[in-house]
Amino acid sequence: MTAFKTLSVAMLKGFVRDKVTLFFTFLFPLMFLVIFGLVLRDAGADKTRIALVGDGPIVSALRDSGALEFESYNDVDAAVQKVKDGDLPAALIIRGQQVDVRFAQSDQVQSATVLGIINGFVDRANLAATGQPPTFTFAAEKVEDASLKPIQFLTPGILSWGVAVSAVFGSALTLVSWRRKQVLRRIRLAPISTASVLSSRILVSTGVALVQGATFIGVASLPVFGLQLSGQWWLAIPLLLLGTIAFFALGMLVGAFAKTEEAASAAANIVVLPMAFLSGTFFPVDQAPAWLQTVSKIFPLRHMNDGMLDVLVRGKGIEALVVPGAILIGFSLVVGFVASRVFKWEE
Amino acid sequence: MTEERSAVVVRDVRKSYGDLKAVDGISFTVAEGEFFGILGPNGAGKTTTLEIVEGLREPDSGEVRLLGESPWPRNVKLLPRIGVQLQATAFFDKLTAKEQLQTFGALYGVSAGTAADMLELVGLADKANEQESKLSGGQRQRLSIACALVHDPDIVFLDEPTAALDPQARRNLWDVLRAIKERGKTIVYTTHYLDEAEILCDRVAIMDTGKILALDRPAVLVRGLDAPTHVTLQKGVLSVVDASELDGVDEAHEDEVSLTLSTRRPAPVLSALAERGALDGLQVRTATLEDVFLNLTGREYRA
Repeated sequence: MTAFKTLSVAMLKGFVRDKVTLFFTFLFPLMFLVIFGLVLRDAGADKTRIALVGDGPIVSALRDSGALEFESYNDVDAAVQKVKDGDLPAALIIRGQQVDVRFAQSDQVQSATVLGIINGFVDRANLAATGQPPTFTFAAEKVEDASLKPIQFLTPGILSWGVAVSAVFGSALTLVSWRRKQVLRRIRLAPISTASVLSSRILVSTGVALVQGATFIGVASLPVFGLQLSGQWWLAIPLLLLGTIAFFALGMLVGAFAKTEEAASAAANIVVLPMAFLSGTFFPVDQAPAWLQTVSKIFPLRHMNDGMLDVLVRGKGIEALVVPGAILIGFSLVVGFVASRVFKWEE
Repeated sequence: MTEERSAVVVRDVRKSYGDLKAVDGISFTVAEGEFFGILGPNGAGKTTTLEIVEGLREPDSGEVRLLGESPWPRNVKLLPRIGVQLQATAFFDKLTAKEQLQTFGALYGVSAGTAADMLELVGLADKANEQESKLSGGQRQRLSIACALVHDPDIVFLDEPTAALDPQARRNLWDVLRAIKERGKTIVYTTHYLDEAEILCDRVAIMDTGKILALDRPAVLVRGLDAPTHVTLQKGVLSVVDASELDGVDEAHEDEVSLTLSTRRPAPVLSALAERGALDGLQVRTATLEDVFLNLTGREYRA
């Protein structure tokens, strides 16, 4: 037990003191999170801004609805000039009971949206003015749909990817470096079981994965990014552990074939990068073509991602862990077995 | 020497890699407490021999007994009793000298305090908190020897511990090796420095191309050569002709700086030189293990 503890501490120290590894484990994925989080922050949430001259009940109703945003002008010519310049799609001009809209023809979709919204409010005001009850009634209600705000899919995606990268690189590089420096042979000459050495290294990797999880979720929850975790976010913890073990096994396989640290790092990149792109790390995979979605199902990262999304932001319960969990365990067993077959103690 | 008292017994061990006979039928025994050297040029088969004895490789044929047991396949009972320093300096990443020792110690269940004490033995107490990568070549070698000794083994295997060290570092290491021997450990070590083996070892095995060419105490090997003693003088104190006529001189020759006489009876030669007052720049060189190697292989020793 003390050997296990000392080995774990030694490997943890080695990890913490290696600045390059720290960078690629924490800062590098965080950079992606911050950049994508900021770039995509307002995507899909843009409201149309139009010029406004005058005021009245119609404007108040529009303002309350939040359907449009306004830029106020004192004279009509300046407002219309803004439209002519292409800076704003339309100008709303109120003179008493008269409501005029001047719009740009270049973007017909946007113009139609603006005209439709304003028209709706004018009609409703007219109806209210007649004092008649409406013949048809209309009610709208929000539905939680599958599409998510960017930060909501970015955080689980980048977390899974960050964990995968550090587990694959961690195990592959440790294995190759220990083989090259003959640490492996030295360990073999000590009366300690391979299982102790392996499990202490996995313990360090899973510990790192948990710290990654806490860091990434913490940063994404800052008001500037605005991540909203769903109720059972802690279900992500078993998923993080299973994912770490699966990718650790993949790293052992890469490390068994690579002769040098450089080769191991290149091979790990070749394995991890395409997997990251196809598994929905940087964009939701449901936006990809159908065949690509099928292809992506062969990657364990895709399933880890799906599980993370389900438990972190989609509010699903423990049942969402079944499929990703089973796939990650199966992957660990198969890849781990192959890795143990091709494992070499020395060059 | 009975085999029960032997730390290492090797009988007719062979190991080939394809056509290359790395170890070609060698036999030797090492007594408990003995300092045993395996020497020879690079590629002689020293490291392979050591790895077979340590239990890292399986011999193609032959028998190895280590403290009375077979080291192959991996013999966990034997492992705590042997300490091994490998040719590459095998260390964990980014750990200090003290942490390296404690980590290796932990592999054998040695307490952290005991492990740290080893730094004293190899003279690295002041480098305890220095990262391994910041140590000099000699310091790193001494640390790796300390790591091999951390669990207080009975037999220590050292593979070229003095290779690639400057002369000062080599001499510091000799002191460490002598200190280990004084603790009663059996030491088996390889080197390609014949002079060093002559100074340190109780017995040496001279290897070349996978075979042991000679095995005995260094002094016995050298004496057995019946090689001439070389007396060197400053050039000009004596002419070559006068020198070759001195009693006992077999041969004399001269180069730009010195006159060298070969003799098998150095006493009359030296007294004759003293009588003539011709002792300027005197050097007397007797045969060394290098001459033994030259004699055995018919070629100059190239480490």
